[in-house]
Amino acid sequence: MSPMLIILLLVPVVGALLMYPLRHNVPAAKATAMATALLEFVLVVVIWVGYSPAAAASGTRFQYEFSVPWIPAFGTHLAFGIDGIALVLLALTAFLVPGLMLFAWAEKLPEGRTASGYFALLLATEATLVGVFTATDVFLFYVFFEAMLIPMYFLIGRFGGPNRQYASVKFFLYSLLGGLIMLASLIGLYVTSGNILGQGTFTWSELQSIAHQVPESTQIWLFLGFFIAFAIKAPLVPFHTWLPDAGAEAPIVAAVLLVGVLDKVGTYGFLRYTLPLFPEASRTMAPLVITLAVIGVLYGALLAVGQKDMSRFVAYTSIAHFGFIALGTFAFSSQAFAGAALYMVNHGLSTGMLFVMVGLLVARGGSRLISDYGGVAKLAPVLAGCLLLAGMSSLALPGTNSFVSEFLVLVGSFPNEPVATIIATVGIIFAALYILWFYQQTMQGPVRGQAVLNSLEPVGGPGAMIDPAVAARRGGGFPDLTKREIGALAPLIVVIVVLGFFPGPVLDVINPSVQATMTELGLPDPVPAGGIAR
Amino acid sequence: MTPLTPPPIDYAAVAPLLIVLGAACVSVLVEAFLPRHQRWPAQVALSVVAIVVAGVTLGVYAGDAPAQGVITLGSTMAVDMPTLFLWGTLLVLGFGSLLLIADRSVEPGGAFVASALERASAGAAPGSTTGPSGVDPEHVDRSYGAPGDAPTMQTEVFPFTLFALGGMMAFVAANDLLTMFVALEVLSLPLYLMCGLARRRRLLSQEAAVKYFLLGAFASAFFLYGVALLYGYAGSVRLSAIAEAAVGTDRSDALLFGGLALLIVGLLFKGSVGPFHTWTPDVYQGAPTPATAFMAACTKVAAFGAIARVLYVAFGSTRWEWRGVLWAVAIASMVIGAVLGLTQTDLKRMIAYSSIAHAGFLLLGTMAITQAGTSGTLFYLLAYGFTTIAVFGIISLVRTADGEATHLSQWAGLAKRSPLLAGVMTFLLLALAGIPLTSGFTAKFAVFSAALSDGMAPLVVVALVASAIAAFFYLRVVVLMYFSETPADGPTVSVPGAFTTVAITLGVVVTLLLGVAPTLVLDWAGAGGFTG
Repeated sequence: MSPMLIILLLVPVVGALLMYPLRHNVPAAKATAMATALLEFVLVVVIWVGYSPAAAASGTRFQYEFSVPWIPAFGTHLAFGIDGIALVLLALTAFLVPGLMLFAWAEKLPEGRTASGYFALLLATEATLVGVFTATDVFLFYVFFEAMLIPMYFLIGRFGGPNRQYASVKFFLYSLLGGLIMLASLIGLYVTSGNILGQGTFTWSELQSIAHQVPESTQIWLFLGFFIAFAIKAPLVPFHTWLPDAGAEAPIVAAVLLVGVLDKVGTYGFLRYTLPLFPEASRTMAPLVITLAVIGVLYGALLAVGQKDMSRFVAYTSIAHFGFIALGTFAFSSQAFAGAALYMVNHGLSTGMLFVMVGLLVARGGSRLISDYGGVAKLAPVLAGCLLLAGMSSLALPGTNSFVSEFLVLVGSFPNEPVATIIATVGIIFAALYILWFYQQTMQGPVRGQAVLNSLEPVGGPGAMIDPAVAARRGGGFPDLTKREIGALAPLIVVIVVLGFFPGPVLDVINPSVQATMTELGLPDPVPAGGIAR
Repeated sequence: MTPLTPPPIDYAAVAPLLIVLGAACVSVLVEAFLPRHQRWPAQVALSVVAIVVAGVTLGVYAGDAPAQGVITLGSTMAVDMPTLFLWGTLLVLGFGSLLLIADRSVEPGGAFVASALERASAGAAPGSTTGPSGVDPEHVDRSYGAPGDAPTMQTEVFPFTLFALGGMMAFVAANDLLTMFVALEVLSLPLYLMCGLARRRRLLSQEAAVKYFLLGAFASAFFLYGVALLYGYAGSVRLSAIAEAAVGTDRSDALLFGGLALLIVGLLFKGSVGPFHTWTPDVYQGAPTPATAFMAACTKVAAFGAIARVLYVAFGSTRWEWRGVLWAVAIASMVIGAVLGLTQTDLKRMIAYSSIAHAGFLLLGTMAITQAGTSGTLFYLLAYGFTTIAVFGIISLVRTADGEATHLSQWAGLAKRSPLLAGVMTFLLLALAGIPLTSGFTAKFAVFSAALSDGMAPLVVVALVASAIAAFFYLRVVVLMYFSETPADGPTVSVPGAFTTVAITLGVVVTLLLGVAPTLVLDWAGAGGFTG
């Protein structure tokens, strides 16, 4: 019984609650929120240091375990614990939030909205994410899975772009529908466990231990409930249509959390819940999932090429990336699993940075349309350079973080799913295509595009069509990154590059848990451990 | 001629019921003999004391009640664990509703008047829509009135409430169908009257009363006809006798199932289960909001308590015969509630359709003739009742000069002017939608898991899809409150008086507690089954 994870969960909750008494004192609220987020990050670092991959390799499934009965009538526990996969996702969350707060520091909020509310919602989102990744009781996981919707819903609906009402409601209803279908499976799982054990349970490890005794036909029904919920959350084609709307309308900071971390809950759910709890059903249904995944890789890439709106563009590239993660998850080899788990982290970093760069660009140009920009590299070289790095990371250029994970997924998937892997590899080419095309459109060539030209007009000069106040803020030019922005980006850039060359520390944490998942699945590993994954 | 021996009565067991009904009688006397200006304080004090004393008596008795329950009053009353739980539920929900009913500060002078004339004398000039003018509202509202002051509230509503509450308590404990019928009438008649007493929009209110009365009379007739058929079948109106008669007999099933069908129609009507729901939206909308809260919370408890008892005790052994029909009813109710709720533009009507959908969910629990089904239903009733009372309490606070602002468009942008109210309302709506960490989720889980383990998986899936659809209209209110711009002539949010504040706080706290730490209440609800 270690209280660490409880503390980890409570810190952002307390921080979010503190925003209320501080609502009239914006600087204090911001400082408190930032302090909370940094404290959370420090806690995660402490947990990381204390986490023992060796113990995990020798059979300890979860560490930092904490469990007290919650509702005995339902057999639920307030049970927390982490394995390697959960740990790296926790680290991703805690790493991103302080940086995002720095970007949100001076963000212009819609009229009538307060910064304290904004930061409170960010912290609340972080708390629910911590809960989702640390829960080891399926009921508790479900509670956080649903609770996660609410702060994100308000982030999009209150602080988002012009079409935010539509986007937020669509997001909420899609996710809620998935969640309720999952609830049906959850109840079914409980009843099934009661039939086998005599007393229903929600404890993950107990459910896992009886997983192979559940008849396959039952497993398939239960699997489908969980699968649909996770596929909506991930999102997999054809459950993806909410993401471009939500991603485009959410404020950039929330979009990073949404696409970078929140959506990982879906793929994390595949690895933690669907595979170990429904092993036979997962094997039976794998061809279906892999087909959807490959379709997602190609479809997402093609649609990304056709986007006019930068945020939607990034959202579609993410759908393509989620296809890779799903492929790795259902290819059933330890390498592919490790690749998928690492991909989740890397995608959070690279797409997060891409979203942030888009946000910085939009903050300067005031337009989300790709065609409104051109030749920005001449005016803002640092910004262009950072955008290029984010893009390269997103298309998995060797030397950036994503390369390692994408390579692992493809290599690990090949033995079991050669055809799907070959088709998915084509997606890499598409990725290069859409990223380079996007970069070329916005950054290179002569200075052009309505947004850029408008901002270059001197205040009150001939043909000035823009609001003088806005122009003054911009200084009548297209400013490069400020020091605060560079400061917020620097850790992200460092991590992206370092993980590209030294993924070892992260893989060391992931690998024992991946092996455990393989064992729970009860399938032979086509590529023995310790191969390329090291 | 043998002397008549009165049946032995277990007074300790039925004491709460006797206290409430006795207080109702005293309340009538108070109405008759006290001068007008003293009635309101006297009635409030009497009702509150009666409910609290009944609750304490119940608590003391329940502390060491026999687990298998007692059957008393010549076997017309079964005081078993579900009865005790339902009585407790009815008393606390009745208490909450009573607080809303007694409040005189939100609606100047209280929400209840008997005629337009009294409304006028309460301060508002006839035809004027601006409320009391020229009179210090503080004076009109708060003072208990000197002799000769204008009447401020129709205090008959208190004996009505107590009689209805007593009827409900008798209803859920009734061990034979005739007692159940009498209790049904005792609870229904005061409710019909309460619906017609709204201070504002009187035509709507009277329409609601007439509609409720006519349809309710039909439902009672159905019920009675069903009782007659069942008596013909079993030769007794006792629930357990019907169950015995149904086992191993060569009598025609037509009487049994014909009787059940008619009986259950009467009960489903009271529980506002679709397709017997048509009165619900009109009555919820037209009735004074505190009365709506009382109806929505307590009547539902009473109706489903009775349905559960009848199905469990009298028809448990024949459940494979009738369950198919109730499947259809439950699906109809869930779909009607969820889909028609989408099209509503009035908040009270929307909550009415929501209650129809919830009735469908509840039916799942009552259909599962298991211990888990019973306890799940009981828990659901308690959770839903508290949430509903708080919702109606909130609705009564948002007002224009013309009364409550129940049209959805009037709620636009409310979060800006009253963040606390909007936050509380959002929480309650999320509870109705069944989001985790609210009582709504725990309740749904309890009921659905009972249904699933009793072989109703398809129904559970339908229920969850209906929940998702219903979530849309709850969400619409949240969207309006938070994401929309305020209209220029928007409603104001009244500062609630102490009574309403307590009622809303109670509802919200219970909704949260039952979502986070429901163990204690779940244990109570699961303490024992029906006896017959």
